[in-house]
Amino acid sequence: MYMRIVALMLAAIVGVPLVLVAYSYLVEKLISRIRPNIQKRLRPWFWIIPAFLLLLIFLIYPVVNTFILSFKNADSSKFVGIKNYIYVFTNHTMLIAMRNNLLWLIIFTSFTVTLGLLIAVLTDRVKYESVAKAFIFMPMAISFVAAGVIWKFMYEYRPKGTPQIGTLNAVLTGLIPGFKPKAWLFDPSINNFALIMVGIWMWTGFCMVILSAGLKGIPDSILEAARIDGAGEWRIFWRIIIPLMKSTITVVATTMVINVLKVFDIVYVMTNGNLNTEVIANRMYKEMFSFRNFGRASAIATILLIAITPVMLINIKRFGQKSG
Amino acid sequence: MRINLRDKYYFKEVVMRKLAYFTVFILIFVFLLAETGFAGSKEEKPSGAIGGSVSVIAQWGGNELEIFNKMKAPFEKDTGIKVEYEGTRDINAILTTRVQAGNPPDIAVISSPAKMAEFAKAGKLVDLSNVLDISKLKKDYAQGWLDLATVDGKLVGVFVKTAVKGTIWYSPPNLKKEGIAIPKTWDKLMEESKKLASEGKTPWSVGLESGSASGWSGTDWIEDIVLRTAGPEKYVDWYKGKLAWTSPEIKKAWQMWGEIVANEKMIYGGKQYVLSTNFGQAAQPLFTEPPGAYFHHQATFMQGFIAKQFPNLEPGKDYNFFAFPTIDKKYAKAVEGAGDVCIMFNDTPQAEAFIKYFAGAKAQTFWVKGGSGLSANRSVALSDYPDDLSRNAAKILTSAEMVVFDASDMMPSAMNQAFWGAVLDYVQNPQKLDSILEKLDKIREDVY
Repeated sequence: MYMRIVALMLAAIVGVPLVLVAYSYLVEKLISRIRPNIQKRLRPWFWIIPAFLLLLIFLIYPVVNTFILSFKNADSSKFVGIKNYIYVFTNHTMLIAMRNNLLWLIIFTSFTVTLGLLIAVLTDRVKYESVAKAFIFMPMAISFVAAGVIWKFMYEYRPKGTPQIGTLNAVLTGLIPGFKPKAWLFDPSINNFALIMVGIWMWTGFCMVILSAGLKGIPDSILEAARIDGAGEWRIFWRIIIPLMKSTITVVATTMVINVLKVFDIVYVMTNGNLNTEVIANRMYKEMFSFRNFGRASAIATILLIAITPVMLINIKRFGQKSG
Repeated sequence: MRINLRDKYYFKEVVMRKLAYFTVFILIFVFLLAETGFAGSKEEKPSGAIGGSVSVIAQWGGNELEIFNKMKAPFEKDTGIKVEYEGTRDINAILTTRVQAGNPPDIAVISSPAKMAEFAKAGKLVDLSNVLDISKLKKDYAQGWLDLATVDGKLVGVFVKTAVKGTIWYSPPNLKKEGIAIPKTWDKLMEESKKLASEGKTPWSVGLESGSASGWSGTDWIEDIVLRTAGPEKYVDWYKGKLAWTSPEIKKAWQMWGEIVANEKMIYGGKQYVLSTNFGQAAQPLFTEPPGAYFHHQATFMQGFIAKQFPNLEPGKDYNFFAFPTIDKKYAKAVEGAGDVCIMFNDTPQAEAFIKYFAGAKAQTFWVKGGSGLSANRSVALSDYPDDLSRNAAKILTSAEMVVFDASDMMPSAMNQAFWGAVLDYVQNPQKLDSILEKLDKIREDVY
């Protein structure tokens, strides 16, 4: 067993670079026999082949395969047409999952981006900027599962009159006399917001860091010129900072949208989709691994991919514009 | 040092060629290493001490894991086999993934015979009749337990740890203080509960939270009531998908449970407590001062949890259980049982040795001594149980005229999970019972 692991590690660390070197050497040997002007045109194609092969095996093939599986039955033994898609769009739990994803999309994205921008702009003006930003960014370093567990403790419920061990209920009952402790994760009117809150807590730091970098990219001279012309800070913010950071904000917002469409860990750990908190990705996980229905899981995966692709394209396009 | 162009070219040529040869050499070396490494783990033949290792995956943590560790110690010592244990609460998903990836553990212990049947039908499980001594097995285990572990005529599992479901826990001193005798019938139980409720005391404590399996302890309630109102035949029809959720038998069971769980006066902490409290902690209000509740419905394994949380309480004296009361006299003798079944994916000498040890009375005795489970193995002496409490539980199991298995664990995974979720939805909003049952029926029509 250990021998095998060592051998595999050796293969990965030593073997892979060596194979690539050997490959380019062989390609060079082969190409050098052809006429130079063709040589020049062929070379990039040969160089791209290893990367393309990896892409083909680990990305394109699974996507195509998932797409085909989505038209097959539970154990992929026969084709069932669009039955899986009909299920996805009519099943009660799936509809709840889609509603919740929409809820996540709107609340999570607007809060992370707005808060991130607000904190970036405000910390830009204080001396202890790096310390403040470090604190906001810290949740990023925690894994989603750990964050889910931490917040489960924060949301812990104990009946009224007994000592509250959940931070949130303890603080609220302490501050507000007569406050009735809430079971944040189990009350369908608030549990989705309680989950989204965890997501916001985790991702605001990320938005802040990117937006802050964008903010630092705005030349001081423009801001100074505006101030000399008599513009107030409020006006500078809306008329200069926001327009200049538009592309950064779009990139951050689209990244958050992609994030939110894939949201899984928090829900899985904290409620597992019970009591109307289901989300699409968690449903996909259940169909796949709990119910072994490969057709439905693939249909959900395909729909997620289709939903994410346009957002991803916008993101790539914006990114290209930025660097170009 | 100056290098002229020719030298540079020479340098490149030689180094590159050498690198290429070196690569080929390394690759051959690595593959040889991998091959021998792989073969090595398979060819270690038993000779007294077998050596090697066996991978085991189960859902035990805490107290159960401590007992398992004690149990495996003599096995590891005698055979030299290292037991690599992995524990998870989401065992069905983990197993499905690993089986799919062609990387199953050697041994798994699961609580769902339906899942076992799924793997067996896919041809993933080892037929144990070639591994274990069948005549001894037949002597040790009641036929019912062997039947439950048989799929398409092949014995693919052994029940290594069992529990009686539907026992009701209480604190003898507290009941005495209230002047309550052990209720023998459901009507009597409800009468006492209502009396307590009318005095402003909450009679019941219920806790449904259990991570990704939240809701299962509620399904036990429904099952116990169905079994005692509709009888074992209807009970089996129900988990086999032949009886609708909206049928009067099943609906009535939900409503009867609703008399307790949908009435804020009957349950400690209200529905928010019911939904957010882990099943393992739900007995705690029974033993506080003053008591927060008087009755708690949970399987016999609850003894392990209570003993851990209240080490000063004495089993039998400070806490005890009574059997689920009779509802319909016709079905008074039926008992619901549940258990963990041990299945084998890889037929290695280590795995064979392990399952032989695991199914035997010596290993089983560890469970019962730890107070965490009952053994279905009849060679485990009743005197090995640590106290009267667990001895009584074992007696219920061995003397029951009819043992039926936990219905939700017999249902297909999709149905089972929907059942768990439905229990939570019902507690949250009991008025919606009809639509909850209709949704369950839709899933039933879909998965069976």
